[in-house]
Amino acid sequence: MTTSPQSFDLRTRPFDTAAIRADFPLLARHVHGQPLIYFDNAATTQKPQVVIDTLQQFYCHYNANVHRGLHALSEQATAAVENTRHIIQRFLNANSANEIVFTSGCTHSLNTLALAFSQRYLRAGDEILISTMEHHANIVPWQMACQRTGAILKVIPINDLGELDITQGLALLTEKTRLVSLVQVSNTLGTINPIQALITAAHAHQIPVIIDGAQAVAHLPVDVQALNCDFYVFSGHKIFGPTGTGILYGKQQWLEKLPPAFGGGDMIETVSFERSTYAQPPHKFEAGTPNIAGIIGLGAAIKYLQQFRFADIEQHEQQLLLRANHWLAQTENVQLIGNSSHKVPVISLYCEDVHPHDLSTLLDYEGIAIRAGHHCTMPLMQRFNVPATVRASMSFYNTLDEVDIFFTKLKQVRKQFQ
Amino acid sequence: MNPDLRALYQETILDHGKNPRCFKIIEPHTHAKQGFNPVCGDQLTLFLDVRDQHIHDISFQGKGCAISMASASMMSQALKGFSIAQAETLFQQFHSAMTDVNVNELTHPKLKVLLGVKGYPNRVKCATLAWQALESLLKSIQGTSTTDVVCTE
Repeated sequence: MTTSPQSFDLRTRPFDTAAIRADFPLLARHVHGQPLIYFDNAATTQKPQVVIDTLQQFYCHYNANVHRGLHALSEQATAAVENTRHIIQRFLNANSANEIVFTSGCTHSLNTLALAFSQRYLRAGDEILISTMEHHANIVPWQMACQRTGAILKVIPINDLGELDITQGLALLTEKTRLVSLVQVSNTLGTINPIQALITAAHAHQIPVIIDGAQAVAHLPVDVQALNCDFYVFSGHKIFGPTGTGILYGKQQWLEKLPPAFGGGDMIETVSFERSTYAQPPHKFEAGTPNIAGIIGLGAAIKYLQQFRFADIEQHEQQLLLRANHWLAQTENVQLIGNSSHKVPVISLYCEDVHPHDLSTLLDYEGIAIRAGHHCTMPLMQRFNVPATVRASMSFYNTLDEVDIFFTKLKQVRKQFQ
Repeated sequence: MNPDLRALYQETILDHGKNPRCFKIIEPHTHAKQGFNPVCGDQLTLFLDVRDQHIHDISFQGKGCAISMASASMMSQALKGFSIAQAETLFQQFHSAMTDVNVNELTHPKLKVLLGVKGYPNRVKCATLAWQALESLLKSIQGTSTTDVVCTE
């Protein structure tokens, strides 16, 4: 008997952190002899047992290619992949499953859009609007598109709290703007951006909007129809799914209009040496064999997450943030980068006395996994005039005790380094 | 500190990390090169005053972790007065000692303390940052390099 993701119980589970932690086998391990505190969730999240089991079930029982084999295994694999498409559709509240394109990750989704838009919609002098707090994945593909087309990149500034300057953002929407691509939640600052206002304003100028939801989907509910964004992208591995999976949501009319970025099998209707015709979306954007196991695993991850109410997740995560802020208020000589009152539990710190890289190593030997560096947001580091930060990024399976241990150890290792 | 970290953060390294020697801009200098580690964002600039194919003076400035600052500091002290050829030899020795698992020899006694970094593979690039900038400068002195910034990647 094989399990496909639709067989999960959909009743809402009570929010019990201990029970949730028991679902994630990796959280039980020790690192350098200490119980692991995993605070690097903005980089990647851990996987619940059900996702790991789903991958194993696939490879043990129905591994086959999709959309081509007429045999039982292929039919089963195809059904499971398409089932995930429906799971994602409901998760994002998309109008149709055909608006869900599978990619290898958020970076792949954004590059696909940059390639597609530069083939047809971008001309010399056109403007693409992003913000100071974008991840490199939402900067570099657009710079490359600008190089190809002669378009110009415009950047919405942020204030000292690490929030978008909406007034300046609105002023940057001009008759030359062709596209807005914005991060919903900053991976470095944790800021939740008021994207709704910018989407509405952009649409008043008939400008399409792409939302990078990589850091949002594991923390807050997303409704693409309510947001009315034209595209929404995220990575599977940041929402408890396997690496190498990603989603590109696009409104049907956009996916129909946009040319495909990549060619190959699966994305065509007919091929001859004179010309080929393309499949309808979403397959038009899915050239080649997809990450079949990963996609099915992602379906399992989303179903797992949907056992909980986002209100419970948000409440717990806000408690983690509150506790962290309480500690920060009594921690000396530390600069918190990202002080918005509206943020997910991401704490980006800069201590003058110990370099982030050293702090990361020192904390690693206390069993604490955090990230040190620029977090793929170099322009943002420049904006705050710091070379790097130490970032503790939490998830719904983290506990208040872990926050306490983190700050206690932080104080300890800083002292030892003096 | 966790005892398993003692080999990485030895007293000498912590001392050089906190109070780096040769930490200034020498004027006049004949050569300067920026080194950059894109993984962590560390950057430093190395300055050389080369006269008659010898390193008459050497200094650096920048921001970085204890390992990268200490390595740059100790390297600068070691190289003062070296000929370009001697500097190149030391670079080759240091580079293979840090990156080749089979090489654990460093003839320069004061630099040996940096070999402890080898036990922490994700910190090796911190220790080699200044040396990469040096190698790039030596190449440009010998007329074989034109890059402005050298990267550890």
